[in-house]
Amino acid sequence: MSHPTPVAAENRRLLVRLGIAAVVMFGFGFLLVPFYEKICEVTGINNLLKPDTVANTQVDITRTITVQFDANTHDLPWRFRPLQTHVKVHPGELVTVVYEVSNTRNEPVTGQAVPSYGPQLAGQFFRKLECFCFSKQTLAAGEKRTMPVAFVVDPALPADVTTITLSYTFFEVAGRRIADDAAGRRAGAAS
Amino acid sequence: MAAVMPDHLHDAHHGPTGLMRWITTTNHKDIGTMYLIFSFIMFLSGGVMALTIRAELFQPGLQVVQPEFFNQLTTMHGLVMVFGAIMPAFVGFANWQIPLMIGASDMAFARMNNWSFWLLPVAAVLLIGSFFVPGGATAAGWTLYAPLSVQMGMGMDMAIFAIHIMGVSSIMGAINIVVTILNMRAPGMTMMKMPLFCWTWLITAYLLIAVMPVLAGAVTMVLTDRHFGTSFFSAAGGGDPVMYQHIFWFFGHPEVYIMILPAFGIVSQIIPTFARKPLFGYASMVYATSSIAILSFSVWAHHMFTTGMPAVGQLFFMYATMLIAVPTGVKVFNWIATMWRGSLTFETPMLWAVGFIFVFTMGGFTGLICAIAPIDIQVQDTYYVVAHFHYVLVAGSLFALFAGAYYWLPKWTGHMPDERIGKLHFWCSIVFFNITFFPMHFLGLAGMPRRIPDYALQFADFNMMASIGAFGFGLSQLIFLVAVVKCVRGGEKAAARSWEGAEGLEWTVPSPAPHHTFEEAPVFK
Ligand code: HEM
Ligand SMILES: [Cu+2]
Repeated sequence: MSHPTPVAAENRRLLVRLGIAAVVMFGFGFLLVPFYEKICEVTGINNLLKPDTVANTQVDITRTITVQFDANTHDLPWRFRPLQTHVKVHPGELVTVVYEVSNTRNEPVTGQAVPSYGPQLAGQFFRKLECFCFSKQTLAAGEKRTMPVAFVVDPALPADVTTITLSYTFFEVAGRRIADDAAGRRAGAAS
Repeated sequence: MAAVMPDHLHDAHHGPTGLMRWITTTNHKDIGTMYLIFSFIMFLSGGVMALTIRAELFQPGLQVVQPEFFNQLTTMHGLVMVFGAIMPAFVGFANWQIPLMIGASDMAFARMNNWSFWLLPVAAVLLIGSFFVPGGATAAGWTLYAPLSVQMGMGMDMAIFAIHIMGVSSIMGAINIVVTILNMRAPGMTMMKMPLFCWTWLITAYLLIAVMPVLAGAVTMVLTDRHFGTSFFSAAGGGDPVMYQHIFWFFGHPEVYIMILPAFGIVSQIIPTFARKPLFGYASMVYATSSIAILSFSVWAHHMFTTGMPAVGQLFFMYATMLIAVPTGVKVFNWIATMWRGSLTFETPMLWAVGFIFVFTMGGFTGLICAIAPIDIQVQDTYYVVAHFHYVLVAGSLFALFAGAYYWLPKWTGHMPDERIGKLHFWCSIVFFNITFFPMHFLGLAGMPRRIPDYALQFADFNMMASIGAFGFGLSQLIFLVAVVKCVRGGEKAAARSWEGAEGLEWTVPSPAPHHTFEEAPVFK
């Protein structure tokens, strides 16, 4: 009991340091976001938004691949469809297909399309040179637009893959309004 | 003894009485008791959810609950057990025992300690209350993966705030523990003479300070994605749901060690007592615990082998995970070596500790199997993983908590726990535990997914078995309640050194421990 003050002061110093450590770690959690994006960029994982490059342009006419097209929207007042349901392509051949999208709402809406592939592993052999999914798309009220996708199927595609499905989903960008409307509808339906 | 007498006379509590005493208390023993009671209540609540889940899974088809509610139950069961039952229970042990074991008069920041506790009931009300709002509780799984967590109703927001509050509580508790251990040890108690329970808690507290804020950050990002138009995780705005998994598991894997390291500490106190031998390899235990803690930051993606990581990534996380099993193995080896040629007796705490070693190690092995990437790709998100983490969390953390409770109850209440009741509790628990969770290995290997309310017919028999076991296990826990109530009410008087082979400062104060202890720091030889 003779020297309570030095210990108390020492305790307080440590408290402050550990408190700072906790705050720093909170920031570190957010720092993981740019870090993660950097890693994805450097290693080339997940570059959904950039055109691919094609090194090998040799066309392999011995193989024919069926590419099917699919289009979805997620809580978005857009009509979105491919103008062809499927095409037959040779690996290495440059092909262009067209999608059509129209905004059914009477105000401008911005959307972002995210591609996915079936089978999943075919994604890494599907090189898109031009795509509306590389950037956000803003459609004026009632606007209708046709958008091309130019792609090459890499000849390195495993031999057992004969059909690839390319599926796009359009999401509304940074507008929670639609989602909130939908949540409101769901809550309304529940009550 | 002369030093102890005045203490004893002043044992009477001064200050407010009744409810106000508990609300305003800054005494580490009172706060420890409140933590333990709180966590037991949460344990029973989480248990009721688990039994509802098992009732639904008793046979194929939907009988008891709707799928939406089922998903809420699996999510809330996980959250309540992890953040409400296991973690606060260990903090309760820390509050009671650390000052007694290092010869300090109280925790370093007594007022903050009171706050750490009283945040918890608030968080619990928020969490459990979310069942009753429109849309119900969050059903995104205890890991709260995006994009589900970005889409749910307001139950999700309540869960996020509950996690924030519990996180603040844990961080304050952890800071208190670090400062107490580093600055308030009795003269003569060097770090390397400190009881192992204090060591494991010291390291756990550092882990908490490092990763609870990261979880808080992750759920904050979910919150802003939900309401403030950011898109950290929503693919629509260029975010990435897989990134949520990385951030979550950066917290999540250290978190599983937060829930097991103090358990290692408790077992390391009990085994030497009942083997009547000092702990084998004390220093290696300290180093093993530290290396587990450090390595635990480099293995998180073993929860994500199926997210499409590059093969190098899979290999790195696979080997790192296997590496972390080495220090864990060192510990198991040391406990067994401590028992080797000891004068063993099997009082209730020892039974639980030995049961812990046996069953926890099985969970460690299934963890190793999950660590092998090609195997994990088969068993990820199946009942095999459910079996793994219940072997380590129930038979690990929970069994160690029971071991510790029976071990220190004499110090807390002044009475020896009833051996017959304690042993009945142990045998019922370990038998029903295995009936519940062992079949889940087979279910997982056969491909039954986790978190589903209905399943294919070929899984029926093992599910029925697991459900029967679960009800047996759940009811067995009421035996613990009986044991504790009986021990508080009366029973054989406990000596200061309640167990023959017990060593350490906590056994030098009378039983029950007076309200104030070590006002005058003891000298540790
Ligand atoms: C030898 C040590 C361990 C190893 C090698 C290990 C390995 C693993 C792996 C690879 C997974 C991922 C399985 C999957 O999702 O497919 C996993 C899941 C899990 N482990 Fe462990 N583990 C170990 C010890 C522990 C301990 C001590 C605890 C907690 C006390 C624990 C708690 C968990 C939990 C809660 C999960 C599942 C999380 C979820 O998906 O909900 N593990 N473990
Ligand atoms: Cu892990």
